[in-house]
Amino acid sequence: MDELIIEAGRAESHYWRDLWRYRDLFYFLAWRDILVRYKQTVFGVLWAVLRPFLTMVIFVAIFSRLAGLPSDGVPYAILVLGGMLPWQFFASSLSESSSSLVSNANLITKIYFPRIILPASSLIVAMVDFAITLVLMALVMAWYQYVPPWRIVLLPVFVTLALVAALGPGLIATALNVKYRDFRFVIPFVVQFGLYVSPVGFKSSLIEERLGVVARLVYSLNPMVGVIDGFRWCIGAEPTLHVGALAISALTSAVLLWWGVRFFRSTEKGFADVI
Amino acid sequence: MTKPIISAENVGKRYRLRHQAKQPYATLRDTLTAQARRLLAGSSAADDSHADSQEEFWALKDVNFEIQRGDVVGIIGRNGAGKSTLLKVLSRIVEPTTGRITLRGRVASLLEVGTGFHPELTGRENVFLNGAILGMSKREIRSKFDEIVAFAEIEKFLDTPVKRYSSGMYVRLAFAVAAHLEPEVLIVDEVLAVGDAEFQKKCLGKMRDVAGGGRTVLFVSHNIGAVASLCSSAFLLRGGTLVESGPVSSVLAAYTAHTGSTSDEGFNAAGRRGRPSDCRIVDARLLVEGEHGSRMDWASAFTIVMDIVAERDIAVSTEYLIRDTNGVPVLFSPTGLQQNITLKLTAGRHRITAAFPAIGLASGSYSVDLILAQSGVRMFDCCESALTFEVTDSTSRPHGWCFTQASGQGCVPFAAQVTATALPAEGVSGAAKDNP
Repeated sequence: MDELIIEAGRAESHYWRDLWRYRDLFYFLAWRDILVRYKQTVFGVLWAVLRPFLTMVIFVAIFSRLAGLPSDGVPYAILVLGGMLPWQFFASSLSESSSSLVSNANLITKIYFPRIILPASSLIVAMVDFAITLVLMALVMAWYQYVPPWRIVLLPVFVTLALVAALGPGLIATALNVKYRDFRFVIPFVVQFGLYVSPVGFKSSLIEERLGVVARLVYSLNPMVGVIDGFRWCIGAEPTLHVGALAISALTSAVLLWWGVRFFRSTEKGFADVI
Repeated sequence: MTKPIISAENVGKRYRLRHQAKQPYATLRDTLTAQARRLLAGSSAADDSHADSQEEFWALKDVNFEIQRGDVVGIIGRNGAGKSTLLKVLSRIVEPTTGRITLRGRVASLLEVGTGFHPELTGRENVFLNGAILGMSKREIRSKFDEIVAFAEIEKFLDTPVKRYSSGMYVRLAFAVAAHLEPEVLIVDEVLAVGDAEFQKKCLGKMRDVAGGGRTVLFVSHNIGAVASLCSSAFLLRGGTLVESGPVSSVLAAYTAHTGSTSDEGFNAAGRRGRPSDCRIVDARLLVEGEHGSRMDWASAFTIVMDIVAERDIAVSTEYLIRDTNGVPVLFSPTGLQQNITLKLTAGRHRITAAFPAIGLASGSYSVDLILAQSGVRMFDCCESALTFEVTDSTSRPHGWCFTQASGQGCVPFAAQVTATALPAEGVSGAAKDNP
């Protein structure tokens, strides 16, 4: 018979089983966020396309015209998109998930469910946006009559890596957000700042050329470096993949995720008390 | 004997009250500056400031009980007795500070109707969302969908966003979803206190079905009538401890006997709205037939006594608003507006008494909002739910009929003059159609 013991500070052995049991809730919360997001806007689904499209146009204009980066024969726009898309995905995942608990405070104080479902399901919204931008990227490729190499089939690997990279910090941020309400002001700053320290407007191989290979490996501690490099490599905007740098980035992401889950779980019990 | 479905041992829940905090939430800035100060000033000074800004409060303490499979347990107690905290601990929303609870079955809790309803989504979408939030699987919701919609009586508006629903429709839909939950243990908090009388009856009926179906139900309510009719046993909580448990009749008797004795009954300023200006209520109590008390029958005359402090010479009128358990106003007595009674007071402390005749309130509990005002101009002070009282008997002598709040009978005046007049023919045919 199912026996459940509630006790202070008890690490629940059935936490992950519970998570599986509440998978429908995960699905419905994601579904709700997506529905609500596009329901009230005048443009409806068009808005979902327009928003990333406009951002893309601005990015392409700025980075290709003003920054004037070398692109090795690949159209500038595609080079920039290769950095911008995963970055946008990461940024919106991070901000969506970090606000997920506070904006669902009414659920947390009234119903039990594994709280991790909230930040996790908020990632789905970011994924939908990402899927739309991918379609846009395909259109841009068609416009430039650019054929991506076969290795584009590996793209999901890097999308997963981006998810992992976003979820770890997202979990930490959302837990901190519950406790310290002014933490939400930190997130936009991190997103802004991260844009410039990630290789969105330039290639990370530039770092190696200018500062040497050690600098590049250190630089790869930024989990988004591996994601963006890999992404560019998949679409053919980067000829080679620096495996060492990628491994470092992936490791950082994994550590952040592990740390994020641990931190989240240790603070989770108190959410209903402080939110 | 089989093992109890729920057993609790020494369960306690402690909250820390933050006294000096300006904001209800901690901020990172404050925490960082406090840390920095601690580093600079050494740890002892920082610990002192920590101590006087926090006070401990035990919402639950040493609660022990066992609930057998199929029991329907009512949890009663006055506001702040720990009822809601107990439900939250049992439904795993908050973690107990001490003790251990063993649950041997799937628990679903219903602490509020319509948790997670989203105004932008349609009725149909919200049924699925809310069902999932309450712990139903997609398949379960799909199989019960038609039943839910029929129960809520909203077939026509299924594809309308719920923000366009009337509040009645909203509540009906929300309750309908909840009513179709089928857990082994159902934890319910005050959800019957919603909707109109007709729907409340329906909900009560549904609850009775659930309770009769061998399911274990924990039911918190202020509605003594509902507890008495639904539950087989009850727990009485007072100040966070379990003081009485057993068959529902004896626990209810203990509860009403205790609320009758005035020991902890009295003025409660927790519901004060805003900050009082110029004059304020400092104490209040209820006299029933001239004696201190908070328990009366419907034919009792009562007096509300208020002690107030005026900060300057002032003209004050008093207002009294009596609400039922659902917070619905049943009786409003603005003495200034209605009878033009204005009290001219000098600065200092005063006692104001207001005598009410027997007003025929149906049995149930009531709360009184006390208001000091400059008649028709502004409020000096307003304390919501400043006093509470219980009407225990409202039996109509000739018929033996008991009027209760639970069955939708609020205030039953004694003196309505009723006459009958014959109507022209078409009125009669209409009546005949209604009652074939």
